[in-house]
Amino acid sequence: MHNSDKFNIPLGPQHPALKEPEGFSVALKGEKIMGMDIRLGYNHRGIEKACEERTYIQDLYLIERVCGICSHSHSTCFVQAVEEIAGVQVPKRALYIRTLIAELERVHSHLLWLGVAGHEIGFDTLLMYTWRDREIVMDILALLTGNRVNYGINTIGGVRRDISPKQIEEVYKGIKTLEERTRYYIEVATQETTIIKRLSGVGVLSREDALRLDAVGPTARASGVNRDVRRDDPYAAYAEIKFNVITDDHNDVYGRTVVRVKELMESYAIVKQCLKDLPEGPITVKVPRKIPAGEATSRYEAPRGEDLHYVKSNGTEKPERVKVRAPTLANIQAVKHMLKDRYLADMPIVIAAIDPCFSCTDRLVYLSHCEPPKGVKQSQKRDCFASLAMTSRFKNAKVMSWEALRTYSIEWHRVHGIDFSELNNTFRKRLEKR
Amino acid sequence: MSKEEDIIQELINKFGYLEGAVKVQRPRRILLEIDYKNFREVFAFAVKELKFGHFCTITGLDEQDNLSFIYHLAQDSGILFNLKTSVSKANPVLETVIPFFPGAEIYEREVVDLFGAKVVGLPAGNRYPLTDDWPAGQYPLRKDWKQH
Repeated sequence: MHNSDKFNIPLGPQHPALKEPEGFSVALKGEKIMGMDIRLGYNHRGIEKACEERTYIQDLYLIERVCGICSHSHSTCFVQAVEEIAGVQVPKRALYIRTLIAELERVHSHLLWLGVAGHEIGFDTLLMYTWRDREIVMDILALLTGNRVNYGINTIGGVRRDISPKQIEEVYKGIKTLEERTRYYIEVATQETTIIKRLSGVGVLSREDALRLDAVGPTARASGVNRDVRRDDPYAAYAEIKFNVITDDHNDVYGRTVVRVKELMESYAIVKQCLKDLPEGPITVKVPRKIPAGEATSRYEAPRGEDLHYVKSNGTEKPERVKVRAPTLANIQAVKHMLKDRYLADMPIVIAAIDPCFSCTDRLVYLSHCEPPKGVKQSQKRDCFASLAMTSRFKNAKVMSWEALRTYSIEWHRVHGIDFSELNNTFRKRLEKR
Repeated sequence: MSKEEDIIQELINKFGYLEGAVKVQRPRRILLEIDYKNFREVFAFAVKELKFGHFCTITGLDEQDNLSFIYHLAQDSGILFNLKTSVSKANPVLETVIPFFPGAEIYEREVVDLFGAKVVGLPAGNRYPLTDDWPAGQYPLRKDWKQH
């Protein structure tokens, strides 16, 4: 739409530059953004209303699905409020396990973000590297909880799964590798010219504006706002854990990158403290299905910033009211400000830099008692399924190695009439001739 | 005296009528239920004098004849001040808090859509979170609203 020398361009709700549905109407003068209108709500699923019609324990699973990435954040935030109303003393071991999963979730989220940020600025090598390394923490989460995302570890009164000494060993091993890799990412983020030049001065949010617009999480901390619910309003085991709140005063996307990579190191330190100091004892206490009348407000530092849940009970087994405020809603308002007078080309990375929430789906092929496709030779079967017994629950599960998955896929296509072996041979011969 | 008690004392010193109305729900949680006619002055005092400088959100509640709204304000000390006020469901008018917190806009739009609050001073703009073709007068988080 043309209005004198300004153009209004609709971006979204479905647009290749966006990773989730949200609508922007951008007023442009040349390539410069003069202002914008944001339309949210395309993902509204009526979860708060749905919670009123379900029991607390059903709500716990529903709430865990508010977000695909910060699932543990939401379930913990909710369960804390319910436990406060019920007056439940959660066993210490459970609180430590919650903290442990929380930090592993932060690691998975921040590594995911670093990859997305790399992708948005055309640095896809960084995406490949970080998402490969993220698999380590995804495997740890699957090992401890049985799931890569939506861990289902929480229950009202504690956690559902204990941690064995053998699992602790595995976590230490994974964390050691991740620490090495993250040191490298800190080097990349702070020394790589491509990153520094592309991200510096982009998506600027001054400290005053961050405070004025109530930004939260790494977005606020990268503007020098020293706030972190884990330290300021401690929950789970955070009151007993030492860690630094990372802030930065670059006030731009570069600062947000630095904060997140440095927070990764803090998360590893918290994970190690949780494992070292993990108290002995039970992991859960029994809580009656009916929660006495009352109300509670719970806060939680999710990877993207402060989560707030309000729960009101009425003495039945279903809540009277559940309110959820996720960090993206707090930060999206700062985006408008960050993009004013900036270039249209900065939009994807500036939006990505607040780390808006979008669903993350399972990737792993999980085969239980599965036979290889017809035509796969008997001798290949053993290699085809590299068995990895993760927990006692999964002792019959078979997880494919990368090589096995590749072989399986080639064979599956060959059996179904798609065979590239001849073409591959032709290419190989051509290469050999050179 | 704890930090929470200090805050309560300051509130009572300033507004005598709050005696007995403010309570500590648990460490770092203060709850105050207040008539809407006094809401504005207490809100302004909490923000400006008591340094509750971070606005978290607004929780709406359907309480039979009234709609209640809890304004969640946080301090850097980690204390959360839950300031609750009620207006009649027949005429649920609130004044915007955007002059204090520009970021409050989206939370006010949310209570407009989901509870049918009328927020005076809310600038024209996109609704949130319901669709543009959502039928008028349907407020899904009110208790009498059922999914059809």
